[in-house]
Order: sequence, then C-alpha cells, then structure tokens
Amino acid sequence: MTTPEARDRVDSFPTRRIGAHRVRAGRVFPYGAVPVPGGINFSVYSDRATSMSLVLFDKGSPEPFAELAFPPEFRIGSVHAMTVFGLDAENLEYGFRADGPFDPAAGDRFDRRRVLSDPYARRLSGREVWGAEPDWDDIYQYRAQVADEDFDWGEDMPLGIPGEDLVIYETHVRGFTRHPSSGVDAPGTYAGLREKIPYLRELGVNCVELLPVFEFDELDNPRTNPVTGDRLHNYWGYNTVSFFAPKAGYAATGRFGMQADEFKSLVKEFHKAGIEVMLDVVFNHTAEGNEQGPTISFRGLDNATYYMLTPHGEYYNFSGTGNTVNCNHPVVRDFVLSCLRYWVSEYHIDGFRFDLAAILDRAQDGTPLPNPPLLEQLAYDPVLRHTKLIAEAWDAAGLYQVGHFPNYGRWSEWNGKYRDVVRRFVKGEPGLVGELATRMAGSPDLYQGRTATASVNFVTAHDGFTLADLVSYNDKHNEANGENNGDGGNDNHSWNCGEEGPSASAHVRDLRLRQMKNMMTLLLTSQGVPMLLAGDEVGRTQLGNNNTYCQDNELSWFDWGLVDANAELLGFVRALTAFRHAHPVLRGAEHPHGTDRVGSGLPEVSWHGVHAWQPDWSAHSRILGMLRCGRHAKGGTVADDHVYVGVNAHWEAHDLELPQLPGGQSWHLFADTSAAAAHPLGAEPPLHHPGRYHLGPHSVVVLVGRDHDSTTHQPS
Amino acid sequence: MTFDARLRINDRVATIELKGELDAKTAPQFHETITSAAQAGSVELVIRAEHLTYLSSAGLRSLVFARQHMGDGTRIAVVGAADSVARTIRLAGFDYSIDLVDA
Repeated sequence: MTTPEARDRVDSFPTRRIGAHRVRAGRVFPYGAVPVPGGINFSVYSDRATSMSLVLFDKGSPEPFAELAFPPEFRIGSVHAMTVFGLDAENLEYGFRADGPFDPAAGDRFDRRRVLSDPYARRLSGREVWGAEPDWDDIYQYRAQVADEDFDWGEDMPLGIPGEDLVIYETHVRGFTRHPSSGVDAPGTYAGLREKIPYLRELGVNCVELLPVFEFDELDNPRTNPVTGDRLHNYWGYNTVSFFAPKAGYAATGRFGMQADEFKSLVKEFHKAGIEVMLDVVFNHTAEGNEQGPTISFRGLDNATYYMLTPHGEYYNFSGTGNTVNCNHPVVRDFVLSCLRYWVSEYHIDGFRFDLAAILDRAQDGTPLPNPPLLEQLAYDPVLRHTKLIAEAWDAAGLYQVGHFPNYGRWSEWNGKYRDVVRRFVKGEPGLVGELATRMAGSPDLYQGRTATASVNFVTAHDGFTLADLVSYNDKHNEANGENNGDGGNDNHSWNCGEEGPSASAHVRDLRLRQMKNMMTLLLTSQGVPMLLAGDEVGRTQLGNNNTYCQDNELSWFDWGLVDANAELLGFVRALTAFRHAHPVLRGAEHPHGTDRVGSGLPEVSWHGVHAWQPDWSAHSRILGMLRCGRHAKGGTVADDHVYVGVNAHWEAHDLELPQLPGGQSWHLFADTSAAAAHPLGAEPPLHHPGRYHLGPHSVVVLVGRDHDSTTHQPS
Repeated sequence: MTFDARLRINDRVATIELKGELDAKTAPQFHETITSAAQAGSVELVIRAEHLTYLSSAGLRSLVFARQHMGDGTRIAVVGAADSVARTIRLAGFDYSIDLVDA
C-alpha cells in the first residue's frame, strides 16, 4: 500500500549512471552526506580544486569499491553535490579526492594521492576503540560515515539554568571512569559517565563541561614516557580531526557505530538530573598541524580557505600548534556556525567553552578585529540564542583579552585573573586584599557594563596543577611527559606548605587540607560562575605534573578510592555547593553597587578587616571580611540570610570583629576551614561570642546572619 | 540464518519472533510486522529475540521505530536477547525506549 508520505518524488530517481552507480545532481546544502529518498546526498566545498571525486568504501575495506568523479554540471559555485542511489548507508565509508595545484606559495596544497575526510562528516571510523593500534598503511585513516540522526529525545529540552546559578564541573569523558576503581560497566566511556550522574547530583554541580569530544586521534602523539617507555597519548583531545563527529573511542558502542546514540543518551540523562552539558571546543587549530603534518581534510580540500596563511603561503601559528584556523573567512565562519548549531540542535548541548578563543577574533591576516564577525554572528545566531558561550580569552601568540573579549552582551570568559589572585592570596602573598575583594565581587573592574556571569571563576582547570598539587608542590614535575620538564606553565602560584610532594607530617597534611578548603570556599562564595576541576573535591593528585595532556593513566584518571579516603574534603565541598544554591545573595547577576538600595540598613556588599567596617587594604594585610546583605539577594527580589566570609591568609590567628546585624539578627556558623565539617544548611549554630570570631591561621570562616533560633545548640 | 519476523496476536498481546540478522537490509521487513501489530490494536508487544544472531545499529533503531509506532501506552519488551546484544542496547541507551527482559 502506498501512503501519501511514501509517494515517489521526482528527485528520488537517478538521471544518469557513473559506472555501475546511478546518480543525479545533488543538493548543495547541507554539506556532508545526508540520506535522501532512495540514496545519499554528498556535498563538498572547494573553491580551488580543478576536479573532485567521491570515493566509496565498504566498511573496513582497504580499497574503495568505487570512485565517482563529480560531473562539471554537478558543481554549483564552488560546491560539488551529487546524490548516489542504492548505497548501504550502514556499511558505507566515504571520502573525497580533490585535484588541483600544489603551490604552497600561492596557498594551494592539493594532493590527489590522498583520500580526504569530509569536514562535515557526522560519524567517523578509524579510531573506534580507544588506543587500539590501527593499520598505519591504510590509505584512508579517518573515514567519513553516514550517521543516523533519529534519536528519540522524548520530552528533553534545554534546561536554561540562568548563568549566575551555574556550578560548572570540568571533566574528561574517559578519565572520569577509566580508573579500575570506578566500578562502572563500561569504564572510560559516555555510558560509564552516565552511571556517575548520581555522584555529580550529590556533589551539587549543575553543569558538566567536557574536555573535547569531537573526534580526535589519541595516537597522534609520537612521544614515549622516558622512565617507563610507555606510549604517550593525545589524551586531552585538543587536536580535532572531525568537528561534527563525536569521539567514537569514548563510546562503549563505538565499534558498532553507535557513538552518537550513546552520547545523546548521556546528555538526555544529564538533563533529567538537572545538569547541563557544555563542550570544550577547539576551533583555533586542527589535527593537520603545520606543513609537516598529515593531510586529512581541510588542507587537501582548500588550504587557503581554511587556514590563515602568510603572504608567502606559510602557516600562521597563533595557536602554538603549527596551524591556525582562518576563523573569519566567510566560508569558515559558516563552518563554525553550522558545527555549533548542529551540536545544539542534534545533541542538545547547552553551552560551549572555546579553547584559545582570542584567535576567533583575528582577521585573516592575524590582526585582532574590533568587531569580529564570527563572534558577533555566534552571539546573535537564532539557534544559539540561549546557548552559553565561554571564551578562553587569550591565545598562544600573546593576545590576552580577559576583561575585554568582544562579547556582544553574550560571551563569558574564563577569568584567569581570578585564578591567580586566589592562589596568591591564599598562599599568603601580601598586597592582594583589594584585588581579592574585587574578584570576589564578580570582577566589576574587568566586566563593567556586563553582568557578573561574564566571569567564570576558577582556581584550577585541566591545564595546570590540581587543587591537591597546588598545595603540595612548589614546582612542576612533568618528567613523565618526555620533554625534560620543559613543558607546562611555570607561573603556578603554588605553595607546598613546607614539604615538596607527599608528606608524612600531620601538620603539613592538615595545612594542605585547610588550604584546599580555603580556595574552595572562596570559589563557591564569590560572585560570578564557579567552575570546579573534576577530582579536586576529593584531593586528586597528578603527582606534581601540571600538563597531563599526554597521560592516559592513573596520573589523569579519577581515582574513586579517594571518595572514601578524602571523605572530609568531599563532604565539605558538597556542603559548599549546597550553601551556594541555598543562598541567592551569592549569585547575583548584577555587580554589587556597594550601596543600600532596598533600605535594609546594610549595603549589598561591605568589606571588613580585623575591625568591622574597617577593611585593611594596605600591602601587609592578609585579612578580608566580606558581608553580603541577604535583603539585596537577586536585586532585592528574593529573601535570603546575610552571609559573611572572613579570610585569614596570615600564618597567625586573628580575632575578627564582626559587623553588627540589624533587627536582632545574629551570626551563625556554617563553616570554618580549620574545623572538621561544615554544619548542615539551616542548622548552623549561633556564635558563642556574637560580636567577634577567633579565626585560626590560614583559615576561612563562613557565617550566616539571620534571626536568632533558640532551638539550635551552642557550639562546643 | 535467513531473517524472519513472525507475528502472533493473542488477546491484544502481539508477539514477534525474530530469527537471523536484523540490520539495514532486513529492518524494513521488521517494520512491516510492527505496523501489522499496531494496526491490530495491540496493547503489548513482545519481541522474542532468542534466535536473533546479530543486531546492527539499523536493527537497534527498529526497536525505537517500534516504540514510536506503537505509541507510549504500549509496553514493549525484548525477551531473551543474548548478553552481547542486551549490553549493546543498554550502553547505547536504547533500553530507555523498551524493556529488556531475560527469557
């Protein structure tokens, strides 16, 4: 029986044959390979190719079963498009062969010996099983495949959590569950991560930011560990091979080609748990590297379009990796935009963090643009309208834009200045009280005219020391990376608390625990968007390695044994995230003005020192008290308690005089980092001595100001 | 083994017995069987998978097709799938659409 839906369409019939294959002129958009009635439509752009052909393989076959040259009349403008009928999409691998001049000085690097991967491939084979040795003689290493895009999303939709309410958790798909202690069914995969969602819910984060999941080659690192001789990997994945394809090696079902479904199931489950999913994306360079690198896709299709080239045809290198994507070329802008739209619409992704995003505002000759069209386009795009956009606002060539990244009222930034000042202040450096206050208030100096969500606050990230290492090492220890400890940053602002590396001293270990709690407390009580590094909540160590990009082993993996071993720290961080969620006064979108706009008798934020209302901004000061008035929460629209955060980075204890609260309210203790645990929400006991607090050395106290509750007991 | 999808309907419970390999080539035959079950007004669909020797990604999608075609009110159970098949269904997240049941 023929239903109206199945009625044959005119364009579902071939018009001619090429060899044994029936074809017709294709549709130019969308790019890539897309199933159409009776066949598959292939579309590829190349401005300078003199000819283009479609190369077809049976899955896994070393030799193609067909190569179909695009007839000249199948080319519209610079787009070659052809529908091929009767193909088995499930078992098909395809690529393109582009011919044209090899004239690097003119920007052309065509090489007709290569089969090229489709830049718009939605699925890739060749590296489906993480770390499995491929056939290096294969003429086509990264094979484009046709994807099924029929996932059943059910009722899923973006969560739309306001930026100021986010607590971001930066993690790595593989590293989170690859450790043998993870106890999941499929360690190191999307499915494994899905099993850990209850842990993340309990931790209190409501957004996970995943290190790159676009297909990359973990085997493209030629180095070995000089001590063990083990192969080193491209573990982090900042070397994209294919921008539309999820990493198959992160999927337990990747060998069956179901990585997209597995990843989508993960996103769907995260959303059900109230957790958004953000992707770390790398548009500043590709896996093709410099002129010595492999020709995979872009270089062979249209080198001069996709890469920024000097007038002599050499690669500009603003990324530190040999090549730089030509992001503000109109065709490349379209590529980036299409890619992000695809991940939002097809994978329900909630936001993106852009690696070395300053490159995205460089002109084709590398000059920073005052009004970069790509950034503007992303900011106003209708599909990305409610998607979170976060810039790593610098690049490897010295363009540092923290505080002035072109933002169009939409872009947030990783606030590297927040990271540095928190590290330095907690370590005990003098002269930082004023800057710490500014950073805790959402960095209004940097983000004037923008909301506080412009500042993504963090102390640690994948790149650099973990929190535990930040308090255990004065120097980096990257010998295992095989670069004579020359790689990784040197400006760590770390302090080992008296002993380098693991310590048998109870005093040193106590101090380190306190310092970790201090930084976590500042992070989770500061205005802006806090971001935690996975594992910091349980004191994960990388043994002093601050650049584990290549370490696919225990150095990088989340050791789940730490959940019990460092239960105290974990409990403390859980309490802090709960505290942040419970206190909207900490999460204002607007920067505080420092005035009393609601008639509460207190300004929305006030600063204090050893004496209330007398902050000590002098160079030798290491003490700061911050009082957030609860009546001002969310611009005075919601009720909240007052919150006081007292920080003592001095090596001696101090008595802090507390600001007096209006209307018979009194101070209650939520947490003191020199004590064992935080008090449960709402059960914070009132202070013994209401007007002052004895704060130990290297400690932070968090107090809640509310009506006196006679039912709560006095602290012992 | 040649693919076969045999439908029995008993008191509004439709049972489809699968044999052989369910992949892109054989999925349309499975879809037709599902359509017949839906047209019969079944309230439960039982897919016997003991003799299913292979399930490709296209085969897995047919289970979702069944879910969508039968409507939310219909319980769909895949019974007796081999361990490897059942595990793949679970890891890819298809177990959200159907119930996986031991034989």
